[in-house]
Amino acid sequence: MAKYSILVNGKKHDVDVMEDMPLLWVLRDIIGLKGTKFGCGKALCGACTVHLNDTAIRSCSFPISAIGYGKVTTIEGLSEAGDHPVQEAWEKFVVPQCGYCQTGQIMNAAALLKKNAKPSEQEIEQAMQGNLCRCGTYNRIKAAILEAAGTPVTAG
Amino acid sequence: MNILTPFQKRKTARVDSEIFSVSRRDFLKTSGLLTGGLILGVSFFSCDSKGKKLATLAPNVYLSVASDGKVTIVAHRSEMGQGIRTSLPLIIADEMGADWNKVEIIQAEGDEKKYGNQNTDGSFSVRMFYKPMREAGAIVRLLLLRAAAKEWQIDVTKLDTQNGQVIQLGSSRKKDFGDLVQTALSLPVPKVSEIKLKDRQHFNMIGKETPIIDLHDIVTGKAVFGIDAIVEGMKIAVIKRCPVVGGSVKSVNDRKALAVPGVVKVITIKGAGLPATLSRPLSGVAVIAENTWAAIKARDLLEVEWELGANASYNSAIQIEELKQVVGQEGTLRRKRGDFDAAKANAKKVIEHTYIAPYLAHATIEPPCALAIVTNGSCEIWACTQNPQGARDAVAKELGVAAEKVKMNVTLLGGGFGRKSKPDFILEAAILAKESGLPIKVQWTREDDIRHDYYHAMSVQRIVATIDSQNKLSGWAHHIANPSISATEDQAVVQPSDGELMLGASDFPYNVPAINIATHDAKAHLRIGWLRSVRNIPQVFAAATMLDEIAEARGLDAVANALELLGEDRHITFEQELIKTTYPNYGEKIEDYPWETSRMKKVIERVAKESGWGKSMPAGSALGFAAHKSFLTYVACVVEVKVSQDKKISIPNVYYAVDCGLAVNVDRIKSQFEGGAQFSASFALKSAITVKNGEVEQSNFDGYQIIRMPDSPKQIHVYILDSDAKPTGVGEPPVPPFTPALCNAIYAATGKRIYTLPIDLTV
Repeated sequence: MAKYSILVNGKKHDVDVMEDMPLLWVLRDIIGLKGTKFGCGKALCGACTVHLNDTAIRSCSFPISAIGYGKVTTIEGLSEAGDHPVQEAWEKFVVPQCGYCQTGQIMNAAALLKKNAKPSEQEIEQAMQGNLCRCGTYNRIKAAILEAAGTPVTAG
Repeated sequence: MNILTPFQKRKTARVDSEIFSVSRRDFLKTSGLLTGGLILGVSFFSCDSKGKKLATLAPNVYLSVASDGKVTIVAHRSEMGQGIRTSLPLIIADEMGADWNKVEIIQAEGDEKKYGNQNTDGSFSVRMFYKPMREAGAIVRLLLLRAAAKEWQIDVTKLDTQNGQVIQLGSSRKKDFGDLVQTALSLPVPKVSEIKLKDRQHFNMIGKETPIIDLHDIVTGKAVFGIDAIVEGMKIAVIKRCPVVGGSVKSVNDRKALAVPGVVKVITIKGAGLPATLSRPLSGVAVIAENTWAAIKARDLLEVEWELGANASYNSAIQIEELKQVVGQEGTLRRKRGDFDAAKANAKKVIEHTYIAPYLAHATIEPPCALAIVTNGSCEIWACTQNPQGARDAVAKELGVAAEKVKMNVTLLGGGFGRKSKPDFILEAAILAKESGLPIKVQWTREDDIRHDYYHAMSVQRIVATIDSQNKLSGWAHHIANPSISATEDQAVVQPSDGELMLGASDFPYNVPAINIATHDAKAHLRIGWLRSVRNIPQVFAAATMLDEIAEARGLDAVANALELLGEDRHITFEQELIKTTYPNYGEKIEDYPWETSRMKKVIERVAKESGWGKSMPAGSALGFAAHKSFLTYVACVVEVKVSQDKKISIPNVYYAVDCGLAVNVDRIKSQFEGGAQFSASFALKSAITVKNGEVEQSNFDGYQIIRMPDSPKQIHVYILDSDAKPTGVGEPPVPPFTPALCNAIYAATGKRIYTLPIDLTV
């Protein structure tokens, strides 16, 4: 067990947990932020995606001890009122089906657009390939990302 | 036990029958508001956000109108991505003329007596509840119209409802629903026989596109899934289960596990043994801890010695080899038309192939999880369950209490696909909560999920097709071997049930003079369950790829072949050709939902037109076709494939034409087809479960792969045929035809026929 002070969505949290506890479980079980989801525990599905200093990371495989002074952003902190351009595009295209993987998809997409404001379809596919959606919403996800990037989307 | 397979008949719903009036009856017991034998519209009083008491009109269990104008609609089916929390309530709202923006939707707990059937699978929900939902809305509409007619002293025929108000036709007079509640409460509730349902041209929501009600909560991370349920003092349980089905715990050394900080206790669960059953947990050892990470770590440190049992010598690869021999035999004839042997003897050409498809896991991205509290002989559960009533009964039985003592709260489901129809994970929570005296959340890891599923059974099939000297398809023999779902309850069952056989085998609809459908013995060594569209997956893969081969042999294109084989417009019946086998017709009477060849032909013609069927394609690209009716919905599919020089498969376009009767929520129909193609693409290209020494060899998304964005079908075009027919479901029907259409496209592009799933062009 060890004490950590981490910055999540602009707020400092002091936690006393095992050194190897993945950030995912710190967020969900200790801090109580439930928007970040558990899917695989092995960084294979992307449901747990959050930002560490604007970079998408898989929180299920990222130990608390490695966070340091990094700024963590979760879906709860992506925008004040759920109005981040990616979230708005998600609503416009009614992307989700069950919705479970979507917070991870949105966080991954938001990180992509921060790095690459106008990604091509192929760049989107490469950047999003670590995020699984069992319901199969991939094409709407792609359309929403293009929309959020301001790239005209043709109906398909 | 109330664990129905997805194709069994359900209790039908009548909105004015006893089962839908419990709240009213309960109220009447205490209120005495019974006058002249008529039941009045009041049920209860609620309060607004400021604590002001509101009168509430609640003539049936599905909806209520409060005097502040708020309409509350109960969603009683489980939401797992199909959009049912939106699609059924919008039917009510449309029929009553409610303002959708003022509608609040609340999720029902599991209670069959109150709500009718809640077992959410088999693509049942819209089919079964379209009419009751409309009636529920229409009754309230008529009650509000009568209230306004009374207040305004005019004839009810001069009134209508619109956007949450009663309006007077040809006048500007209107009144909010809420302001009519008091008057409505003094009126008798109309009977179903008194209502007139809206004409189709007056629908505002049915047949249009309504976004799902949980959309904003989902994209902001506020939506509550099973994994998100919490209660004070809750502990987390993670379980090490016996790696072989039917095995049990011999001994446990939990010293290292108990040393992990945060671990509270270790409890052994005595599971079902054999048969594994659809309604009991597996044997295992649970670690209970303060948080999930401690529970996972400690679980991995448990040292458990297992009594592995009879399945420890099972190898799926060996069984597949055995079944390849078995399906070469005569088997048990289940459907017979004409004389297949004579057709074969007289054939100009005989085509014969064996088809192999693997075990599949559901792999919902939300692994199974459930939260239980057990106190003083009663139990409260929060779970991502498709079947809250079945789970409630199973928990009651497990705990030895009456079902009324079990409150089953239903969360959103992070995917279901049939996995969450089974209550095993909920029972684990209930058992551990009782044993520990603590509120327990059982959390499955991905490894638990992939290794301990109720698997979609692997399949070995042989099809023999004969073509006569007139170039007609003269004979069709379909031989089937797969472990049956029924074997999970009864190990003596070694052949597919009537319901499983109906899914793409005994329902072969084509005009062929001689048909043999035969089944063969295949023992089950895993827990076998049902997965989105069930046996349609392998059976339609085999049948629809063989049909493509037949078309080629006859020198016809696949669409022309299918249209010709469907024959003249007629209703097909199967019963007279079945041998000791029934045709369940997805739980509906064949008179109510006939097999209509004209509807199938129309979807085929539509998909051919929209896909440009027959057009010339560049080298390496091709179209493939398949059509199949399942869950009473007619679907035709064309897949465009592109195969590169290095044999990489990409899917630029998928075209679906669907006749699902009257379309309710068009956007969610489209999304089910979009997702259905992706779901099927996983099986076609990626997924397989294999078993060695009784243990599943895959454990996470590295070994058990599902489709990812780069390989996924790109454009999925969905064409919904305009229809006034009774609505049928769309959750499962998109899945079966996609894979054979893809296989047929690959053949057209490469000359390679696919007989084994998942597709591997390198062998």
